[in-house]
Amino acid sequence: MNWNKKDLLGLEELSKEELEHILATAESFKEVSTREIKKVPALRGKTVVNLFYEPSTRTRVSFEVAAKRLSADVINIATETSSVKKGETLIDTGRNIQALKADIIVMRHNYSGAAVMLARHVDISVVNAGDGWHEHPTQALLDIFTLKEKLGRIEGLQVAIVGDIAHSRVARSNIWGLTKLGAEVTVCAPKILIPPGIEEMGAKVSLNINEALKNADAVNVLRMQFERDELNAFPKQLEYFKEFGITKERLKEAKKGIVVMHPGPINRGVEMSSEVADGANSVILEQVTNGIAVRMAVLFLVAQARDINANTH
Amino acid sequence: MQILIKGGRVVDPANNIDGIFDILVENSKIAKVAKNIKDEAKLVIDAADKIVLPGLVDMHVHLREPGREDKETVESGTMAAARGGVTTLLAMPNTFPAIDSAENVSLLKEIIKNSAKVNVLICGAISRQRLGKELTDIAGLRSAGVVVISDDGSSVDDQALLLEALKKANQEDVLVSSHCEDKSLSGNGVVNRGFNATRLGLRGISKESEYLRVERDIELAEKSGTRMHIAHVSCSESVEIIAKAKKKGVKVTSEAAPHHFALNEEAVLGYDTNMKMNPPLRSKQDVEAIKKGLKSGVIDAIASDHAPHTENEKDIEFDRAEFGVIGLETELSVAITELVEKDVLDWKKLVEKMSYNPAKILGIAKGALGVGSDADIVIIDPSKEWLVKKEDFLSKSKNSAFIGKKLKGVVEYTFCSGKIIYKAKE
Ligand SMILES: [Zn+2]
Ligand SMILES: [Zn+2]
Repeated sequence: MNWNKKDLLGLEELSKEELEHILATAESFKEVSTREIKKVPALRGKTVVNLFYEPSTRTRVSFEVAAKRLSADVINIATETSSVKKGETLIDTGRNIQALKADIIVMRHNYSGAAVMLARHVDISVVNAGDGWHEHPTQALLDIFTLKEKLGRIEGLQVAIVGDIAHSRVARSNIWGLTKLGAEVTVCAPKILIPPGIEEMGAKVSLNINEALKNADAVNVLRMQFERDELNAFPKQLEYFKEFGITKERLKEAKKGIVVMHPGPINRGVEMSSEVADGANSVILEQVTNGIAVRMAVLFLVAQARDINANTH
Repeated sequence: MQILIKGGRVVDPANNIDGIFDILVENSKIAKVAKNIKDEAKLVIDAADKIVLPGLVDMHVHLREPGREDKETVESGTMAAARGGVTTLLAMPNTFPAIDSAENVSLLKEIIKNSAKVNVLICGAISRQRLGKELTDIAGLRSAGVVVISDDGSSVDDQALLLEALKKANQEDVLVSSHCEDKSLSGNGVVNRGFNATRLGLRGISKESEYLRVERDIELAEKSGTRMHIAHVSCSESVEIIAKAKKKGVKVTSEAAPHHFALNEEAVLGYDTNMKMNPPLRSKQDVEAIKKGLKSGVIDAIASDHAPHTENEKDIEFDRAEFGVIGLETELSVAITELVEKDVLDWKKLVEKMSYNPAKILGIAKGALGVGSDADIVIIDPSKEWLVKKEDFLSKSKNSAFIGKKLKGVVEYTFCSGKIIYKAKE
């Protein structure tokens, strides 16, 4: 297939074929990280700017490693050091980065839609590394990649997503990606954390963790952020753990071989027990490894699309 | 000077007229409305195939002056009004300073006298600085020339305060216009609550935050026996509540903004901040309910809620962008496109909603084309289409929800008191 999108803003706007194409490209890049010299020249001479308005060491490092393994030059801009605090608008920042002749902006932003807006105002590629509660497409892609690697397929799988669905871009991107690829998704959380209309995105809703795990081939456990106002109703982290935490006992009742995922960083003893995080079902570290391959694929594809577009215009 | 408008289709519900007539304007008044007027005139306008309407009366406009002249001024806002066929408008009081005292009314009156191109009526605030704490001097505002009071932009949370305002308003015969929003329910929401908010990852504004307040305000109006106007109705529940109240005989009127009958929440997909307003764009069912409400008469008026904002305040992240869109220059064409062309309203009903009814609600002698009326007249080409372009707006701000849309019906001439205040380019 011909990839022609210069940006990756979310999985909602991708077709099944496009999703499969990214996954296939990631597969071919995964091998690079096993070489002695972990580098290919695919993006040599290109500049990738990591523009992070929210601190996130893991995602930033993952993109940085991915870009470097493709031989790109990487510049990191974090809010503390940039002009963001001095009140420069996102559009101005984007245009300035473009004027530096960078090729790709990888952006993490605390407001939903920020990446969409940036992409509208710059000609260079924009990769969304998480915007507000909206989407986190590369996280979902690496989750899906890992799942496919483990279970051999996505079509027909039952996947449970557990945790703060309302405020989770990871949940949204996973729902779009998984359902497009033919999996069935059940979201599970206390009612207050289920956003309205989530069923229309193609997910089932369960308020009971045991029920959600019952037929699940995989469970994706989201990080709980108890500092949110909405969670005042859930006064104790322990209480959440009791009702929704993923424990060894709960997994015993689930399908044998259920795959346990977590986008990290884990709150051990809050959303899952340490035993589960480090146990045989957990693929959490494999997710981190696969994140590199998936991000290499995404950076490669968007850069290529931009080159093709530039040549045809 | 005499102006003769020849052979246009005159739509004037006030005089129960819809037919081909000539109109003779003498000085600032309408002198004759008849077939084949033979009088000499300095200017003769051929209005064949055109529609001639009484100038529109828009009872919800934010002119931003004094205080935010970077967004709009009385001059630029009334020039925009003229381009949209609006010859009378009500200026909302959320300026800086707010129009909450007789002195501030005088200040605004002076600006209007010096720079307004159309008739500008003044809406005063219900509470001092619109803070919802202390009542303004309603009698004082009234004698300074205020015809309506409203804390628009905010709802009056304090029931006792609103009840007192209603009683005073009743004594002074001032209309209370109500922005219905329970902030404890709408919170930091930016779009309609539901699937679309969820898929965009944006905080929702529930319909309850509007209609529970509509319900409360109507109840207080009933209790005090005061007439009340509900601003920018956006959801089906509000329409139902108003319908019930009207049936019961409560003196309540209401308005809807063009964006609430022309656009639904899906327009927000893509995070276009020109689709961000308060109340937000609602669901398709709500849009249908608004149209039905217009058709049945539950909704009396169409008002733009013209809310100019600078590009700096709009070209930012969706959450941070200001609420509101401009509407003066597009409201008539949007109404023609969405209501007349789609058989929701006929021309007569349209003129009622945009001219005759708001004039009646405001208690002013406007919205009619009878002999002796002020010569506030709009001539439109109903069949001509136009493309809404950002660079064509006369408003200082460009935050329109209709940029790039094709609309039916072009304003060719706008007359205010017999003077041509707008003429379309050839
Ligand atoms: Zn309002
Ligand atoms: Zn308003």
